[in-house]
Amino acid sequence: MLSVQQLTGGYSGDSIIKNVSFEIEKGELFGILGPNGSGKTTLLKMLSGILPYSSGKIELIEKSLKDYTPKELAKIIAVLPQHSIQSFSYTVKETVSLGRYAHQKGWFQTWSHEEEQIVMQAMEQTGVTQFENHYIHELSGGERQRVYLAQALAQEPEILLLDEPTNHLDLSFQKDLLDMLKDWTRNRGLTVISIFHDLNLAGLYCDRLLLLENGEINIKHTPNEVLREDRIRNVYNTKIEKHPHPKVPAPQMVLLPEDTDEKKDFYCIDESYLECSNERLVLRSPIPLRTMSSGVVGSGVGWNQMFVNRHVDKDYDCSDHRKEMQDYLKVHGFEPGETVGMMTAVMLEDVCFQHYKEENFAVFIIVTAGVGNAIDAARSEQHAYHMIPGTINTWIFVSGELTEVAFIQSIMTATEAKAKALQDQGVKDAVTGTIATGTSTDSILIASTQRGKKLEYAGTITALGKLIGKGVYECTLEAVQKSKKRVTL
Amino acid sequence: MQKRFTRKHLNNKVFAYILAAAFLVIAMLLGISIGTVSVPALDIIKIIGTEIFRLSPNEQIDSMYSNIVMNIRLPRVILAGLVGASLAIAGAAFQGLLRNPLADPYTLGVSSGASVGAVITLFFGLSIPYLGLFTLPLLSILFSFITIFLVLLFARKIDRSMKVETIILTGIIFSSFLGALISLMIALTGEELRQIIGWLLGSVSMRGWDYIKIILPFFIIGSVILILNSNELNAMSFGEERAQHIGVNVQKRKMMILIAGSILTGAAVAVSGTIGFVGLVIPHLTRLLWGPDHKHLLPLSILTGSGFLILADLVARTIISPTELPIGVITAIIGAPAFAIILMNRRRERRG
Repeated sequence: MLSVQQLTGGYSGDSIIKNVSFEIEKGELFGILGPNGSGKTTLLKMLSGILPYSSGKIELIEKSLKDYTPKELAKIIAVLPQHSIQSFSYTVKETVSLGRYAHQKGWFQTWSHEEEQIVMQAMEQTGVTQFENHYIHELSGGERQRVYLAQALAQEPEILLLDEPTNHLDLSFQKDLLDMLKDWTRNRGLTVISIFHDLNLAGLYCDRLLLLENGEINIKHTPNEVLREDRIRNVYNTKIEKHPHPKVPAPQMVLLPEDTDEKKDFYCIDESYLECSNERLVLRSPIPLRTMSSGVVGSGVGWNQMFVNRHVDKDYDCSDHRKEMQDYLKVHGFEPGETVGMMTAVMLEDVCFQHYKEENFAVFIIVTAGVGNAIDAARSEQHAYHMIPGTINTWIFVSGELTEVAFIQSIMTATEAKAKALQDQGVKDAVTGTIATGTSTDSILIASTQRGKKLEYAGTITALGKLIGKGVYECTLEAVQKSKKRVTL
Repeated sequence: MQKRFTRKHLNNKVFAYILAAAFLVIAMLLGISIGTVSVPALDIIKIIGTEIFRLSPNEQIDSMYSNIVMNIRLPRVILAGLVGASLAIAGAAFQGLLRNPLADPYTLGVSSGASVGAVITLFFGLSIPYLGLFTLPLLSILFSFITIFLVLLFARKIDRSMKVETIILTGIIFSSFLGALISLMIALTGEELRQIIGWLLGSVSMRGWDYIKIILPFFIIGSVILILNSNELNAMSFGEERAQHIGVNVQKRKMMILIAGSILTGAAVAVSGTIGFVGLVIPHLTRLLWGPDHKHLLPLSILTGSGFLILADLVARTIISPTELPIGVITAIIGAPAFAIILMNRRRERRG
């Protein structure tokens, strides 16, 4: 549809765009990225025929861009600029109607019913029909942007060029606009070429991306290839990390703020932050902790500051425990969004905790254990499924900086240590009669301050792994003993 | 809120034309009727009916009345109307093209350019063969076109984005410079000094039908070109790049509009000298009342502009009668404060 070959040019002699070549297919959503001053807008101006280029070729539907008259071009390409000038107070409808200019013929351009229809439809699509008789200068920046989009749509273009279309829009309109563009490319064969400032939006919506660096193409490829951590770091010259989007398979680039002094303070999480009562165990961290957990609330990976292990009766109704637990947290003044919440039927006075210190990191372990539901994991298929409040809850607080690998290895190490403790206590699976490896509803939490010593691994023979293994083993052992004592009493 | 209310209620275009036409007719009748000898309105209609439309007179009309109307007042009123219309539509077009409500032939220096052309013609007693009577307006038009071209070129050199203030400042610089040139030529002529100065301040008195013949063709050509470019003017109000995106051949259309504006200004200056602020106030007022759509703005400016200048001329010749004030004095007294108010409002808008 659009083919650009060895395009070079810029303003008054300076070549801002150098030797740029790419091709765009019909129905594509094509994103142009690049830092400030990399030539994005210049390139777009050349594509829209505003700025002449000094060498190279732009071919639009097998014809050179230079051979189009402005009117012919306007029927194929519509542009939504970054800034628009409004000097006089035209109404929204007058403004949108101007988009029909190229389609009108003759000296006395008559306004047909069909034209009216197209204008109304364009306003409908961008949701500005309600402002039809308002003046543009009365509208907010975002509303104005939608009016100009309607104007561009009234041109009935095959290609839509956009310069940072989401610039003035709030979150919901950003999403609406891009969803709309995506839909039009899929279902109506509209081709969209857009400059993006926001790498993540570009990554989410574009089929292909072109990364400009100093007027030259750094790469053109799929979002996943273009949005490489090291590439973006080099081109934009900033600290950035790439993470997968939690819901869709698209890359997301995350900015990393420069470390400030306040962030370097070392915190040691220990029993001084722990409150024990018969109703619940609460640990209030002075700073948000990076967590990986299998709690009822705040499970998975996240940042949390409150940790609640709540006692419930054995006959607790587990039908909607998640909602019930959230309500419980709210009632007691915990914000569910920053709290990891667990449940146990175990008597909370039997909690065991221990603080283990190494030279420049520390581990604080808290275990509540009951073995009523003890199960041998190797033979668990012999058990019927029941949701029963968890019986061994293990909390591991690390004062240090953990990698993702270390988080996962911490869980492995802790689980192995727990199994060993049960084995040494001779806890048996009541159904199979074999040694149990845990209970049916165990929960685990690894939380780290992410400050201080960098701890890359947590396997059983690493420094961290050794502390966790030892700590979980000792605490679980003691907790199981206490729990057994209570049963025999 | 107030403004919106007004516009909503007046937003009937037919009503707008009727009102503007009525204004023009009333202004014409007043202009012909009032003077040292007062002519009743009914007689005016009868005289015009008899003399121009060759209707058989039912009753005898005083031949003195007939003389005053046909030889003195009617040509004067028509000339004032044509000059006012030319300046107003040229102003509306310049404002739309430059996206700037402060632009008008006078503030842009185009009027001064046209004056230089005219004064040069008078000074050297130029007469181009075959053109005769049209030498003066053609040179005025040529000079006004050169002036607007230079003003825009300079403004662009100073500031690529062509801000409002830059264009106005450049216009003022050119006006001053061209004014000095005119003064120089006047100083060198010595005789006819008073006549040239009177002409420069602007006047439509004692011009007769000949001057109407001079301005009429240029007025028609210029106005037709501008009205045919209404849509393009609308598009260019959103910026030249935007206009090109929409499909306007910006370079070609801009040139057409500038040439048409210069034709209108040059011809008006050639017959009446420099009359300021008509091209500023009238389009602005019209836009405020009926909206910025050039399809209606341009014709409405013609009607209102001509009516306005006829009334201004009436005031100029009656207010301290029997002495006549230059008409430019009246328009400036109304126009300069209006200019200041528009400028202040714009500043406030930008800040707010």
